[in-house]
Amino acid sequence: MTTTLPSAATREALGPTLVRMQQEGADIVVVDADLGKSTSARTFRDVFPERFFSFGVAEQNMISAAGGLATTGHTVVASTFAVFAEHAFDQLRMSVAQPRLNVKIVASHGGVSTGEDGASAQSVEDYALFSSLVNFTVCVPADVVEAQAMVEAAIATPGPWYIRTGRPKIPVIYTDGPRFEVGKANMLRDGSDVTIVACGLLVGRSLDAAEVLERAGISVRVLNMGTIRPLDVAALEAAARDTGAIVVAEEHLTHSGLGAMCAQAIAASTQPVPMEFVGVNDRYGESGTWDEVLEIMGLTAEGVEQAVRRVVARKR
Amino acid sequence: MVAGAGTDLRALSRRVRRHVVEMVNGAQSGHIGGSLSATDILAVLYGRIMRHDPQRPDWPERDRFIMSKGHCTPVQYAILAENGYLPVEELATFRKKGTRLQGHSVLGKPAGVENSAGALGMGLSFGLGIRLGMRLNQTDAHVYVLMGDGEQDEGQVWEAAMAAAHHEVDHFVAIIDRNGIQNDDFTAAQMRTEPLDEKYRAFGWEVRAGIDGHDHEAIEEALAWARDVRGKPALVIFDTVKGKGVSFMENNPGFHGAAPNAEQFALAMQELAD
Repeated sequence: MTTTLPSAATREALGPTLVRMQQEGADIVVVDADLGKSTSARTFRDVFPERFFSFGVAEQNMISAAGGLATTGHTVVASTFAVFAEHAFDQLRMSVAQPRLNVKIVASHGGVSTGEDGASAQSVEDYALFSSLVNFTVCVPADVVEAQAMVEAAIATPGPWYIRTGRPKIPVIYTDGPRFEVGKANMLRDGSDVTIVACGLLVGRSLDAAEVLERAGISVRVLNMGTIRPLDVAALEAAARDTGAIVVAEEHLTHSGLGAMCAQAIAASTQPVPMEFVGVNDRYGESGTWDEVLEIMGLTAEGVEQAVRRVVARKR
Repeated sequence: MVAGAGTDLRALSRRVRRHVVEMVNGAQSGHIGGSLSATDILAVLYGRIMRHDPQRPDWPERDRFIMSKGHCTPVQYAILAENGYLPVEELATFRKKGTRLQGHSVLGKPAGVENSAGALGMGLSFGLGIRLGMRLNQTDAHVYVLMGDGEQDEGQVWEAAMAAAHHEVDHFVAIIDRNGIQNDDFTAAQMRTEPLDEKYRAFGWEVRAGIDGHDHEAIEEALAWARDVRGKPALVIFDTVKGKGVSFMENNPGFHGAAPNAEQFALAMQELAD
């Protein structure tokens, strides 16, 4: 099914969306750390060079300066790779999160699908770090359409945001347009036996798994949890109540990522249910093509399908 | 307003030093030595140099003071109180439960505190961002960033120094309170950072060094020079004495982050009396 759909990388949404919003009257300033070609932020520089500041390969200075810039009324977008955003964690904490400044970090090459570059370039912990920062809204788009909607929402909403985009071209899911609403899970298909909660490129793979499972007689609900923080606890509780089992699928360490956050919410709910976790399991990545690395990690439709079968077997 | 041409800086500095000692004594914690070394610099900044108005702390045209050595809140809160940004009586709540006056700077608490700090090395970057934003807004206001000399150990300072020169940022003044002592020891023993003036010049800054950071006239002259540098960022390195004004605290590494005992407090207040 996925092969028939158009494909695009979520990182492609950033530059063109910023250009359009600036043309429509936003007050955007972009700060960049020498990766604007890859993140697509340079598209903005081409049209608004006076609103684009290069900080060289110096993310810490860039992030603190972004905080300062935001105090003068501008909406500041900082772009780099996810692993290099991590390089400025203390600056994110002191210069952005604590003072709650209007800075949007849109970082590409998130997760292990950076592929060939190997372990050092593969951020398996980025949104755990950002989710640990008070005041941050944290989002992971499932496709380029949703990425664009998230960038639009971030620019339109004051406060610190982190959006993790990806390097590889992945199938477009929202062919009829975005359905993104911050803090709300998006139900992509309904089912009664189990719920898959996914974000990023695992959403597409979870839909593929759900189709196979449906044919095998297992009815699957799929929730796209595009907003990691604030988490849509109501949608999780409804999933537990309606389907009695949950699988969380993500391109991130499970022990600190969406899986851990969903497990906390479910454990605190009135109806805890069995859960399984598909993600990076307490390890760093390695080189290979992006889909090979995902396969090594078990981040495939088959991996999700097996987790669903395990969790269904644990019901009652 | 362009603050107080008529202010008696000597009397102001003396009051601020008393506030600093009282605050740290009252909290029995806080950073006294680096507050006393920076007192005269802040007195001149707020009393002679900066364009600011305590009635309009959000005024977009105001000059900004960025406290990068964010542990030196006692002197910052004291100078803000003396300028009417908060009641002087509130200084007694420093570091205490429910206070707005936390141990290290928090943006907006109280109004007039323009950045959050405490982790060192971020203020120059934050101030740089402010000035870039102002430039875009076509505002001619200035940004003054106060750093410690121990703080020069932080790599981020040099990232910011490079970027400020690269972007040809003026109306941007860095100040180093060169008191020669950091947390554990003399700065020369902890990490050799000298010659600071030559390093900043090599990074593309206009620099004045060796200025007496306790001589109000010399401070004013140097800061007025720095304010008017164009096409480049400017730095003034003030030679100061940590613990200045209290004889037994002066140049004493023991009073970086320690509070005085009762006897020391009484003696300090006696020395700082009018």
